[in-house]
Amino acid sequence: MLCGDEHHLVVAAVALLADRAGALYWPEQRLLAIADLHLEKGSSFAARGVLLPPYDTAATLARLAGVIARYNPRIVVALGDSFHDGGGPARLCDADRATLAGLQRGREWVWIAGNHDPDPAERIGGVFAGIIAMAPLTFRHEPREGAAPGEIAGHLHPLARVATRAGVIRRRCFATDTHRVVMPAFGAYAGGLSIRDAAFGGKFDASRLVAHVLGLRRVYVIAAERCLPD
Amino acid sequence: MSASAPSVDAQALPQSFAGWFARQGWTPRAHQLELLAKAKAGRSVLLIAPTGGGKTLAGFLPSLVELSGGNTGDAGATAPRARLDSIRPSGLHTLYISPLKALAVDVARNLGRPVAEMALSLRIETRTGDTPASKRQRQRRQPPDILLTTPEQVALLLASADAPYLFQGLRRVVLDELHALVTSKRGDLLALALARLYRLAPTLTCVGLSATVADPPELARFLTPQTSRGVAATDFAAADIVVAAAGAAPLVEMHDSARDIPWAGHTARHALAEIYRLIGRHRTTLVFVNTRSQAEMVFQELWRINEDAIAIALHHGSLDVAQRRKVEAAMATGRLRAVVCTSSLDLGVDWGDVDLVVNLGAPKGASRLLQRIGRANHRLEEASRAVLVPANRFEAMECRAAIDAITDGVQDTPPARVGALDVLAQHVLGCACAAPFDADDLYAEVTTAAPYAGLARADFDDVVDFVASGGYALKAYERYAKIRQGGDGRWRIAHPRVAQRYRLNVGTIVEQDMLKVRLVRARNAPGGYSGPIRHGGRVLGRVEEYFIEGLVAGDTFIFAGEVLRYEALVEDEVYVSRAAAEDPKVPAYAGGKFPLSTYLAARVRAMLADARTWKALPGQVREWLAAQRQRSVLPRAGDLLIETFPRNGRYYLVCYPFEGRLAHQTLGMLLTRRLERARLRPLGFVANEYALAVWGLADMAAAIARGALDLAVLFGEDMLGDDLEAWLEESALMKRTFRQCAIIAGLIERRYPGEEKTKRQMTVSTDLIYDVLRRHQGGHVLLRAARADAATGQLDIRRLAAMLARVRGRIVHQRLERISPLAVPVMLEIGREPIQGEAADMLLAQAEEDIVKEALG
Repeated sequence: MLCGDEHHLVVAAVALLADRAGALYWPEQRLLAIADLHLEKGSSFAARGVLLPPYDTAATLARLAGVIARYNPRIVVALGDSFHDGGGPARLCDADRATLAGLQRGREWVWIAGNHDPDPAERIGGVFAGIIAMAPLTFRHEPREGAAPGEIAGHLHPLARVATRAGVIRRRCFATDTHRVVMPAFGAYAGGLSIRDAAFGGKFDASRLVAHVLGLRRVYVIAAERCLPD
Repeated sequence: MSASAPSVDAQALPQSFAGWFARQGWTPRAHQLELLAKAKAGRSVLLIAPTGGGKTLAGFLPSLVELSGGNTGDAGATAPRARLDSIRPSGLHTLYISPLKALAVDVARNLGRPVAEMALSLRIETRTGDTPASKRQRQRRQPPDILLTTPEQVALLLASADAPYLFQGLRRVVLDELHALVTSKRGDLLALALARLYRLAPTLTCVGLSATVADPPELARFLTPQTSRGVAATDFAAADIVVAAAGAAPLVEMHDSARDIPWAGHTARHALAEIYRLIGRHRTTLVFVNTRSQAEMVFQELWRINEDAIAIALHHGSLDVAQRRKVEAAMATGRLRAVVCTSSLDLGVDWGDVDLVVNLGAPKGASRLLQRIGRANHRLEEASRAVLVPANRFEAMECRAAIDAITDGVQDTPPARVGALDVLAQHVLGCACAAPFDADDLYAEVTTAAPYAGLARADFDDVVDFVASGGYALKAYERYAKIRQGGDGRWRIAHPRVAQRYRLNVGTIVEQDMLKVRLVRARNAPGGYSGPIRHGGRVLGRVEEYFIEGLVAGDTFIFAGEVLRYEALVEDEVYVSRAAAEDPKVPAYAGGKFPLSTYLAARVRAMLADARTWKALPGQVREWLAAQRQRSVLPRAGDLLIETFPRNGRYYLVCYPFEGRLAHQTLGMLLTRRLERARLRPLGFVANEYALAVWGLADMAAAIARGALDLAVLFGEDMLGDDLEAWLEESALMKRTFRQCAIIAGLIERRYPGEEKTKRQMTVSTDLIYDVLRRHQGGHVLLRAARADAATGQLDIRRLAAMLARVRGRIVHQRLERISPLAVPVMLEIGREPIQGEAADMLLAQAEEDIVKEALG
């Protein structure tokens, strides 16, 4: 099951690498997927009077740069909610905008529409799409009830809450029933939802749902039944 | 300081008052008259008096005399009200501030009697979170003569535009239970409010009422504006100190159980039958314990053996308020024979006729113990009686040390706080809500508050910058600023919404996420709960969310004096049913909140070193220490003993710093990091109040012998550098501390119980904010505030630092072949509490393995 640092996750018979930073890599296609970057969430809160530290975009992009350097993908797919709100792209500071452009250089970049950022935006590069199908996989923002096998989605921000004798550990995770995957949120300020929440139950066969939990050193596999609800 | 010499005679008391005293059959106490004289001289006063010393009346007497219009013995003849009105405009005369709502209400009631009996025409009102909005508004328009309230309410009153109107005529501020208020951030908030009050009403005087403290002059500074900077510390202004005559010395003894004193644990189960008999021999007994879970356990056990069915009640802070009020009422009317309680009963509300205090477990501090003992016998002339019951052998030494300290008249209250920056941020915003402020003026004002007297201008400016736009190096939020500097250079709020938010978030008490515990009927199905349960059961109280997180349905635990079965978590309520089981499966969690005081710790260490002092200890404890001397060694008073020994294939290192569990846990975290780096493969550690045990797979004694491990280096002070920093990055305690600072400072808003989960998801976790901020602006003012808290609070780093400095060059290593007698207590803690220091990754790997085992199984 485990091979060195590489953690495999099989979906619709496709072997994907689940990176402990929260990204999925499809070696055959040299495709890297990340979900729910929620860039500019800090400034979005600031506009409403909650002055969170304005470093979340820089922090998220720096982590993304690390993953991209690790796999050197041909194509990067951002699975929606890449910006926390429609005004986010315009609020990007020059430095962060330059970092993003640097990451996009020499590769394809697809922004999939999310509920936070449904519309295409200017000055952020890449192309815009509602959904991407690359048989046998389909990339979209929100997992759909009764979707065909091969769906890779985000939106739900899955978390595993694991009870141990030193207390409850709470970590982001990939949620999968081997047919489909919901990816963890990648954004520095993105919150999470326990995979025991009803939002997952409605879409997955609960008895087969497994959490691939992001640890500091590697990814750990834990059955959803073993996880705690929120 | 004057020891209440009768320098003032009873002539100072107006006739109507003297007459009232006489009708009660009382003579005014010297300190009461002295406070009257001080008030007349326009002096602020710190009154130090034991409970039962007529302290509250003393605090109010000058106000009552002034308000009655009489300042000498000739009053009473003329209509008091008319005279008063000619002296000063009607308005707020005296502001009384107490740490407890209940205390404010209690005092208002007690004041009512003399006021009514002397027919004084004055209005006394309370203002708390429960006061209806209509009454609050009226209080602003037509202030009472005397207002009794809490620090939070004062902050709110000061943050409004009409604060100058309300407070300009204020003559006196009375601060009750000052010793308790000044030890927390609420004290900082109060100090800042007081500085503001002095500015609005420069002629006011302040009276602080306090139990005995270690450093009265230091506390006296709290009551008066500190002079401007550049003056020597000794010249700081301070209130006069009046010490009331001490009552009869308390009679304190240690319980010497006929049964074996346990090696470890905090239950004192061994002594409960004897305590029960003590209760039977007294009118009313207060049984103090240190934690809620202890209270539950003791209450449960006492009822188990309560053959005579005497009235024993339970009181702690997590119980439902209605339930607590019931107990208090029953207590006041003498219907109870005993109450098992935590510090929820520490403070001064009068609970009637207590003739015995039992302190079960560690006293923690001499002053703290004395305050508890003061709950017995509110009549000053009679000695309070107290029995200390150690729950284990180390606690027997601690009890002895506390009794000796009381005999010697030594106090060990903590030193004065340095004002917290997060509280200052809240205050700065409050000031802007009241009126535009000038930064220079506000800085000058703030530094007159004792906790902030040493505040650097740069720190103040950082706080203002934080309040304005977050205080970030990356100037991204200017356009979203909460306060802005106008053309006149003054800072004002950017939008009325800012003031609304301030009002919702005022205060320094950040509660843990609490869940209501509701009693429901269990389903009788063998599988227990299996579907919706009827709503509407009785609410028993509230528990911390993290406690419930660790439970699974069917687990039993004790709460509100009953063994309960956890059924389900429904929204923000915990559904429980009565359990048939006698013994709860999940042991209650956590030890005491307060660490052993530095002073008592030193005394215990000295006792350990000097066998001549052992004769005052129970026989079993003497034998235990003698065995230690024989099998290992007893450290000299200034030394740190470190023992190493193998046991069951593992290697142990045990040290005895006596610095409290919090400091030991931090030390344990740091030692395991260092041992890991030295490839000594540590596995875990466990700490109690007195000792720390670390164990691992490598032979640490052998490593020391061959020079691969140097204990002086291992315990070097440099562990508080990089190792501490690295650990803080992932420490859950540090993140919790940061969250509290973020809420107090107003970075994020409070969450209120009952808020929907979906709304919670919309908020940003402070853990994530902490991670990002720490990496991108490690010097941010909120991180500085959190570190300052960590130094004294949850992590007790300051104490650890002092210990490491103390033992430099004084480490004594004893290599043993087997466990020593002294090591037994801490070794017994292993497995009783969660093992610290294991990385989350290790535990996740474990959870993964468990599943594999299940699958193959």
